[in-house]
Amino acid sequence: MSLDRLRGTTPAKRHNARTIAALTGNPGCSRRAVLDAAGIDKVKLATRIGFPGSFGQSRFALARGNAFEAMLKADDCALLRSVLDVGVVDYHDLGADSDDTLGARHGRTLSLLGSARPALVDHPLLTLEVAGQTVFLEPDLIAFQSEGRLRVVEIKSFAIVDGQADSAAVSGAAVQAAVYVLALRALLGDDRVSHEVVLVCPSNFSLQPVAVVLDVRKQLSTLRRQLSRLSSVSSLIAGLPSFVSFDLSLSPSDLISSLTAIEARYVPECLSSCEMSVYCRSEAAGSTAALGRSVRESLGGIEEVSTVLDLARGAVAPDPGQAEAAALLRQAARLRDEALP
Amino acid sequence: MSTLVALARAEAYAAGRAQPIATVRHLHVHDRPFVLIPLAMAGEANAPLAAMLGTAHDDPHLLVVEQPRNRDERFAFAAELAARLVPYLESFAGETEAVAVDRGRDVRHRFVDAPQVWLPNTGGVDFLRLFGRSTRFRSVDGDYPVHPAVPLLGRWLTFLAGTSEVPGSSLLPNAVQALTLHWATGQSGAEDAHLGSLLAWIESGAAAARLAERGPVAGPATDPDFDNHVLAPLIANGDPALRTTLHELLLPTWDGMWRALALLRALPAGDRVGSRWDGDRDAYSAYVQHLAEDGAPQPRRDGAVAAAARLQRLENAAARYAVQRAFDDPLVMAEYRLAGAAFGGVVTLANPDRVDDTGKRPVLRPRIMVATTETVRVEPGASLTSPARPAQKAKVISVTATATGHDVLLELSGGMGRKLVAEPGSVSAVGESLLLTTLSEAYRPGAAFPDPSETPWTHGGPPVVVESVHADHE
Repeated sequence: MSLDRLRGTTPAKRHNARTIAALTGNPGCSRRAVLDAAGIDKVKLATRIGFPGSFGQSRFALARGNAFEAMLKADDCALLRSVLDVGVVDYHDLGADSDDTLGARHGRTLSLLGSARPALVDHPLLTLEVAGQTVFLEPDLIAFQSEGRLRVVEIKSFAIVDGQADSAAVSGAAVQAAVYVLALRALLGDDRVSHEVVLVCPSNFSLQPVAVVLDVRKQLSTLRRQLSRLSSVSSLIAGLPSFVSFDLSLSPSDLISSLTAIEARYVPECLSSCEMSVYCRSEAAGSTAALGRSVRESLGGIEEVSTVLDLARGAVAPDPGQAEAAALLRQAARLRDEALP
Repeated sequence: MSTLVALARAEAYAAGRAQPIATVRHLHVHDRPFVLIPLAMAGEANAPLAAMLGTAHDDPHLLVVEQPRNRDERFAFAAELAARLVPYLESFAGETEAVAVDRGRDVRHRFVDAPQVWLPNTGGVDFLRLFGRSTRFRSVDGDYPVHPAVPLLGRWLTFLAGTSEVPGSSLLPNAVQALTLHWATGQSGAEDAHLGSLLAWIESGAAAARLAERGPVAGPATDPDFDNHVLAPLIANGDPALRTTLHELLLPTWDGMWRALALLRALPAGDRVGSRWDGDRDAYSAYVQHLAEDGAPQPRRDGAVAAAARLQRLENAAARYAVQRAFDDPLVMAEYRLAGAAFGGVVTLANPDRVDDTGKRPVLRPRIMVATTETVRVEPGASLTSPARPAQKAKVISVTATATGHDVLLELSGGMGRKLVAEPGSVSAVGESLLLTTLSEAYRPGAAFPDPSETPWTHGGPPVVVESVHADHE
């Protein structure tokens, strides 16, 4: 079965650094891997089957992000140059003429970055192999080239106050930057692209920019591992039954039976990162995983809540593999009964 | 997460209702709390949008910033918040009581009560901490003067946010944390962070919780859809309906906060909650004194010595809080029993008059034998205590496996009076059920830290310049 056939008549949704970064969040989930590989619009799919999530971005946040970036790039990037402490170097915006074909832009990116001239390169068009397919990435980033080495510059609008920032925001930015580093390395070779990226954020409570250097080696190795696992998605798709399709013109019940054919691995963290999470949560109801990873571990890794309670009450005999967990659960149930009036 | 709490979550899922995970209340709930629900503007660095606040359920006060990106309006909001909050905070700096210190050789005074500010969630705490940071260095003169109450508010907020990091402190509690300390729901911890959903699990059940999830958020972040479709046009047009809209948005959370307080008040307070509140009153008294004497704002970052000392205080507080909760609450102690750090048993032998006369002078050292069927993970020589007799130490002499479990032989010392015959009731009698644990309430002395001017080079050396208090105009 081909990817396009899975998607049906709906146009493909393009991967971006955000979606690739999200793949590292829950790598064991086949459902997400297949839906993303096939370029399916998960927001529309979730809405169509009656499980919409809330994944909008506030326009206030967008406005501030755009204002910050515009401020940095105004006057031939005057502020950006000063915060990055680069001298007089060229600035090239590759995204300026949008009537270009992707291939041509990619070619220009390659020749510009390959030339090893010191420069700030905005909107380069990169490619990355994701799940056996070549994905075009149009990063909203600047690659700064000096002395033959490239550095990824990420502009983010969350504040760094007294040298500290929201850890979730920073780690998100680091993973996204790592995606670009990986794509740049695929293009130019490992030793041409630095594993240190520059994060430019507003400092304290103003819009004054500040630049900090992040080491993304850890994120790079995680991404590489996930991407290599994703290459098996093609074989996963090949093994799907023929009725599986996510054509949005199908009825919700057909779409749901297609979804059921691909195994998901729901964890509560999905709620903040995956558009399908509300559906997966309802599907996972009754599993200990739906209560959280740590709950599941504390319950001896037993999958179903009902099994946990049966074992705790001694209503069923444990499997040989569950004996230890069952003893702990019985003891826990006894202690709870004893302490509660 | 402990297996006991995990099991309670499983039970809550099956029952469709939250299940208790505590038999007593583990925090102080004030008779006159100040409830504060801050809302922030998305995208901005700590820009307040609104706040609902007050000390009575039927009298919520709403503060609104009509143009949140306007710096002057932001500080006008700070001044209004200060006008409401600071008088409340200062209202407890009245009557004092004498406390003996240095083994009764000296006394100090502390206020008989302290303030308690309730927030909906930890996000609210983070918001206030940053708001304290953005206001405490402001200057009241110069190019960008602010109202004199603004830097004072910043100092108070920074103080309160600092205490919220101390385990067991109740000066700045938040409803989500307080409720999840006492109830387990049938959903994940991430979903519990939604106050409305958490309350619904406790009050009505799972179905109501799913509905509540789609209800208004408890801040400080707003819902993106609300921002895009409701808030943006109102702000753009300077629409006077903004106030009413925000009032309606915040009111369900306001009601929820007071319901959460009522739920907590209905639980009996643990025995050691009072002593922790004494510590909170100490912290409050010391800060009132600091403001009266010096009043300098807290530094942006602690120096090496101050940071190390603070870390140690936090570690001590965490250890003490864990032990106190276990001693106050059999359901918390059960977690330690499950892990083998505590066990319950029955006294099978007792020699209450045993005197050890091998030393220079004879001492009373009764021995008891405790038979238990629970997991015992203690070695001979270990020192145990029992919540029933916290002043008494029980040294493990031997642990012998039996057909049904273990026999533990213990030698008792302390808490039996000064004579060579134990006070009646101070030694467990045969047949008494007893709980013993390796947890100890013993005083942990603070470590000695060098004077800041003696900071070793490994920690950056002595601070070169003391950071001057200046207003940063940002």
